[in-house]
Amino acid sequence: MTLLAFDWILLIEKFVLIAIIVSVSLVIAMYETYAERKVAAFLQDRPGPNRAGPFGMLQPLADGLKLFMKEEIIPNTSNKFLFILGPCLAMLTAMMTCAVIPWGSHLELFGRHIDLQIADINIGILYVFGVVSMGVYGIMIGGWASNNKFSLIAALRGASQVISYELAMGLSLIALLMLTGSLSLRTIVDQQMAPGHLWNIVYQPLGFLIFLVCAFAECNRTPFDLPEAENELNFGYHQEYSSMKLGFYLFAEYINMFISSVIMATLFFGGYDIPFLDESTLNPNVAALLGGAALFLKVVFFIFLFMWVRWTVPRFRYDQLMDLGWKKLIPLALANMVVTGAVILWLKK
Amino acid sequence: MQALTNRGKEVERKPMSFWESLYLPGIFKGMAITFSHLFKKKPTIHYPEQKREFSPVFRGLHVLNRDEEGRENCTACGLCAVACPAEAITMEGAERMPGEENLYREEKYAAKYEINMLRCIFCGLCEEACPKDAIYLSETFAPSDFNRKGFIYKKEDLLIPDKNTDPEGYAKARGSKK
Amino acid sequence: MSITVVLFWFLTALALLSAIMVLLSKNPVHSVLWLIVVFFAISGHYILLNAQFLAIVNLIVYAGAIMVLFLFVIMLMNLNAETEPQKNTWLKLAGAISGGSLLLILVSVIRSATDMTGRTAQVGEGNIGLISNLGKALFSEYVVPFEISSVLFLSAMVGAVVIGKKD
Repeated sequence: MTLLAFDWILLIEKFVLIAIIVSVSLVIAMYETYAERKVAAFLQDRPGPNRAGPFGMLQPLADGLKLFMKEEIIPNTSNKFLFILGPCLAMLTAMMTCAVIPWGSHLELFGRHIDLQIADINIGILYVFGVVSMGVYGIMIGGWASNNKFSLIAALRGASQVISYELAMGLSLIALLMLTGSLSLRTIVDQQMAPGHLWNIVYQPLGFLIFLVCAFAECNRTPFDLPEAENELNFGYHQEYSSMKLGFYLFAEYINMFISSVIMATLFFGGYDIPFLDESTLNPNVAALLGGAALFLKVVFFIFLFMWVRWTVPRFRYDQLMDLGWKKLIPLALANMVVTGAVILWLKK
Repeated sequence: MQALTNRGKEVERKPMSFWESLYLPGIFKGMAITFSHLFKKKPTIHYPEQKREFSPVFRGLHVLNRDEEGRENCTACGLCAVACPAEAITMEGAERMPGEENLYREEKYAAKYEINMLRCIFCGLCEEACPKDAIYLSETFAPSDFNRKGFIYKKEDLLIPDKNTDPEGYAKARGSKK
Repeated sequence: MSITVVLFWFLTALALLSAIMVLLSKNPVHSVLWLIVVFFAISGHYILLNAQFLAIVNLIVYAGAIMVLFLFVIMLMNLNAETEPQKNTWLKLAGAISGGSLLLILVSVIRSATDMTGRTAQVGEGNIGLISNLGKALFSEYVVPFEISSVLFLSAMVGAVVIGKKD
């Protein structure tokens, strides 16, 4: 019976947490589609969707219903299994990143100490990178299995883009990790919350800028949305997809956007830290909820930034994209790393 | 070459300065511009609830007029058809029989009167050519249809409802024109 | 049977099965995908040994970058089940026999080695694979091999740039 000797309450607690986080991310992804349309409209002096419900608030439901009702088409010449696997992988990898993010400090319920984080592993950031590097398989497999030249080119573009920018992203974080000395996301947040310690953006502005640019590229967002360049590739890697399989790809993209916003907020903007407030003076439950709200606000700002940039900056050409990634961002990130290392050494002396 | 206007601008091809080649200032400037649009007044007219005012010279669908007693004005003289540059109007005249004086004002009337709305260019020349004030361009426009036949408007479609028996239909066909 | 043992057997079976599938698949793309499954299974083993850093680096480097490049090349060359060359039956038989005997020899040598018999894997309690311990070991005890391998990578990078520059 050793197989069943778990801390069952812990298991239930984690299950509830996972269910909450997954459903919250799905709802946020839904409303990101709405926000995208609304922000685009406002930036272009239009009112945007306003028919379904007050201010068009029910529009995501209508869009979802539309996707579900569409005819499901699997091309005859496609590789059926991989064709279905593609969107599943995209969705899976998008959701998996949630596991290591600290959503708040901790709750004290029924005499239990509940961390608002699914798993605090000591390689948190690396885990995120690992999952993100898996994300490209969803695009590649889907694009290849469609048996369509446009999809294939889009898949190859997507893959090479993600691989190129992952390097710069990782290098930009190394300087930050030198400062924090830990890979665990919760430790990084706790350090930023400590009195007398500012948010990491103050110490690593260049690192943040590089990370931000790479996050845009990793999420396939404009100005780096080469895999979905409508005017060159028709529609990109999900051209042959219809119905909810297409919906999965679109959803995965929005969830990726949400997760990368959360990670930027966590690494550089103090995560669930509320500025100018000492959380330890509050009731832990209140502090946790307020902290979660603060994180949410920061995330909303970043999501808005994603959309704002999308409707401002035009798309890069493919060679410009590679040039920026390999010849500008990676050397910059390396220089940032060396300078940070030198400053740390100098301050320690 | 002589410039047509003095608004033309010479294309600058000098290499970018360091500040420009960073792109970031340019991007921030662009983002400031798009952000300012967030607070601009939206010019959208929410169609079914709000409607744009027609301009005073708007020319829409034709109506065939009736006089004060509800009698048709048209005498099928054919001047409108002659004036029509798009040759959209066809008609057939008929003689008024005794007892029909309350239907038609003159001794001759149009038994058949058709306007092909796909040909019509809504120029309003028919309106000007008519000696009997029988045809007017209203302030309504042709609804969409699935086939071409639907755009050939028969006399029944064109004739304005009688002001005395059907005031609602009359107002609708007349549109908002004064 | 604790949960660790169940996981161990599951991951072992998965790794072996997918390794066999890498060889048996007719379609090269399927082979690559099975190979990715093998990497996942091996990463699972690393996690069982409490070597989380190794596990995730294995995923990032092998599954996340190298296999993507493999897939890239195979997709670009449009290899599929039809282009797979039909090999001679005798050739297949010879390959199976020689590979099998190599496996037998390897297994017998490893089983009889004195170095291996005295050791067992530390499931769930070793901490060699944790990032701080690994970093300390790499930068103190093994600093020379580490730096030499980094020089090797640098020279590989320079070589790649030289090849890329040649028109």
